[in-house]
Amino acid sequence: MLLSQLPNGAHALVQSVQSGSAEVGEATVRRLGELGFIPGEPIQMLRRGPGGREPLAVQIGETQFALRLIEAQCIKVQTDLTAKV
Amino acid sequence: MTQTSLTANHHCVALVGNPNCGKTALFNLLTGARQKVANYAGVTVERKVGTARLANGRTFSVVDLPGSYSLTPATPDEQVMLEVIEGRREGEAAPDAIVAVVDATNLRMNLRLVLELKRLGKPLIVALNMADVARAQGLDIDVAGLSRELDCPVVETVAIRHDGHARLMAQLQTQLEVPVASLPAAPVKTLQASSAELQREVRRILALVAPRAATVGRFQHRIDAVVMHPVWGLVVLAAVLFMIFQAVFSWANLPMDAIKSGMSAVGEWTLATMPEGPLRSLMVDGVIAGVGGVLVFLPQILILFFFILLLEDSGYLPRAAFLLDNLMGKVGLSGRAFIPLLSSFACAIPGIMATRTIVNWKDRLATIMVAPLMTCSARLPVYALLIGAFVPERDVAGLSLRGLTLFGLYVAGVVSAMAVAWVFKRVWMKTGYQPLMLELPPYRVPSLRNLGLGLWERARIFLRRVGGIIFALMVLLWFLSTFPGPPAGWDASQGPAIQYSIAGIMGHALQNVFAPIGFNWQISIALVPGMAAREVAVGALGTVYSLSAADEGVADALSPVIAQGWSLATAYALLAWFVFAPQCLSTLAVVRRETNSWKYPLLMAAYLFALAYAAAWVTYRVTLWMGG
Repeated sequence: MLLSQLPNGAHALVQSVQSGSAEVGEATVRRLGELGFIPGEPIQMLRRGPGGREPLAVQIGETQFALRLIEAQCIKVQTDLTAKV
Repeated sequence: MTQTSLTANHHCVALVGNPNCGKTALFNLLTGARQKVANYAGVTVERKVGTARLANGRTFSVVDLPGSYSLTPATPDEQVMLEVIEGRREGEAAPDAIVAVVDATNLRMNLRLVLELKRLGKPLIVALNMADVARAQGLDIDVAGLSRELDCPVVETVAIRHDGHARLMAQLQTQLEVPVASLPAAPVKTLQASSAELQREVRRILALVAPRAATVGRFQHRIDAVVMHPVWGLVVLAAVLFMIFQAVFSWANLPMDAIKSGMSAVGEWTLATMPEGPLRSLMVDGVIAGVGGVLVFLPQILILFFFILLLEDSGYLPRAAFLLDNLMGKVGLSGRAFIPLLSSFACAIPGIMATRTIVNWKDRLATIMVAPLMTCSARLPVYALLIGAFVPERDVAGLSLRGLTLFGLYVAGVVSAMAVAWVFKRVWMKTGYQPLMLELPPYRVPSLRNLGLGLWERARIFLRRVGGIIFALMVLLWFLSTFPGPPAGWDASQGPAIQYSIAGIMGHALQNVFAPIGFNWQISIALVPGMAAREVAVGALGTVYSLSAADEGVADALSPVIAQGWSLATAYALLAWFVFAPQCLSTLAVVRRETNSWKYPLLMAAYLFALAYAAAWVTYRVTLWMGG
């Protein structure tokens, strides 16, 4: 499941981070990692901006970020919090 | 140790850390430097240096490096940071020690950068900042354990308390006294660790030294539920902005009246004590009337800055960017552009400098180009004068009509900025995806000390402008408006003396250009020195009118004079002119510096003048047609 598909309020674990579309380059993917979007980290979808689509407010570890939809589509998550990443 | 530091025997310490870790506040505490403290990723865009004094009397310099998430630079800010700590930046000695400032409440994120810094092999001290907050949240951090795991000294700091840096200073004293064993001159190029590897190490350390870290929440989700709500959040944002503009107009009345009466007392006193002659005229009509006319707006500018600083320090600004990102995206700007643009409401110069945090060059350029359209505080004097003279003081639905008009002018600026950005991005600088990835820090109660320092800094900058450039221009304008004097045998019935002067001649010449938009020759003259800075135009009008008044006395307040002398259409046209006109040489100079080309400032000046002329023309014609 992609982070972008996570309903508001849901918790998950980051599974992997990779470019989800041609527009997103290596630099963006690396950046997401540097910000803490790293496999195994707990993540929570907090809310979406006005209009219900973009941007997405997420909490990764102990930090909150606002992401674009296209950025959230780079992050694969698993909602089964007990499974091993 | 580097050559420079050996010869000068002067140590240099660099502060490095994630954005929002309180690094700038710690820098203020160490150096006492007056500098802006903000709660937003990327406000610290410039390199800042200060001097700190150890208990033994020795001093050392402290460099405040821009906040950074990692050592792989993604923005110009981070590039600078990396170059400085590696000693690769020209004219910069490599720091003798690095102080890694970490937010103790968010070790999970902050420790990654510390681990990266460790790999550089430089002397490192970890400052566990916000240690008080961490303790209050119940995070039991084993400081000794952390120091052992990281293999470097770790000290607790509380940047918002006056003695919160004591342990860091003690550690620095020991460390700087002992010459560090030969460090490699060239930066060590270690293999870059992936974020995942770093995070594995962070998790291992956290499990040992702060096992409760994962269970303690840093965020105030209940506040966010309202403030970031799709509907209520926007209502709150609109209310906040509206309240600011109302406050600017209503709270400032008392201090403004005080300044006004103070200045007129000084004028009368000068008039009574000095012998009649050109010098007295220079003092009273040029200096006192001119500078006083600008000084009077200091209270409003301070109120505006007070609110902007408050929003910055509290952590509200990135939330506002979150809410507005969609809207900004529609015109092709990034949500990140919101912060530079909001700063531009105070002054376009810090706003344009803050665009450095926008990674994409075209996005950054578009933001720079529209930044001068945000109503900066220098426009307030002009707006306040014209609104005070032409908008009646009455309430509409419980709100001041003047406040509403001012709000309308701000809206006009924002709407035109959006329109211009839309056109730019459509026809000239097309881009697809623009990264957002904006950190939303926890809310913090703004520190009074930092607010006070910030306001003092603003007041100083404004007064320096009044005292420097504005004063000089006032004197120059007085000369231009006084010489040559009227021919022999002139008397007041032949019209004001100023029309014979150089300024009068220039104004009359410019009037040909400005007549179609309703500007008289007095306005045309005032716009010439007003090129340097917008607020000068008000002082210049004062000089023009006080000199052209038939009697030699101090002119009455400018407001009733123009209320009588100008048509409503002229006043509205001038307001429209000031919404657009690039009447600020400093802004153009900063654009030149930030874009490294004359092309963009020239383009900016050209398009803004064209818009200003067009807007003033339309306003003038429409007002005339409506019977104004």
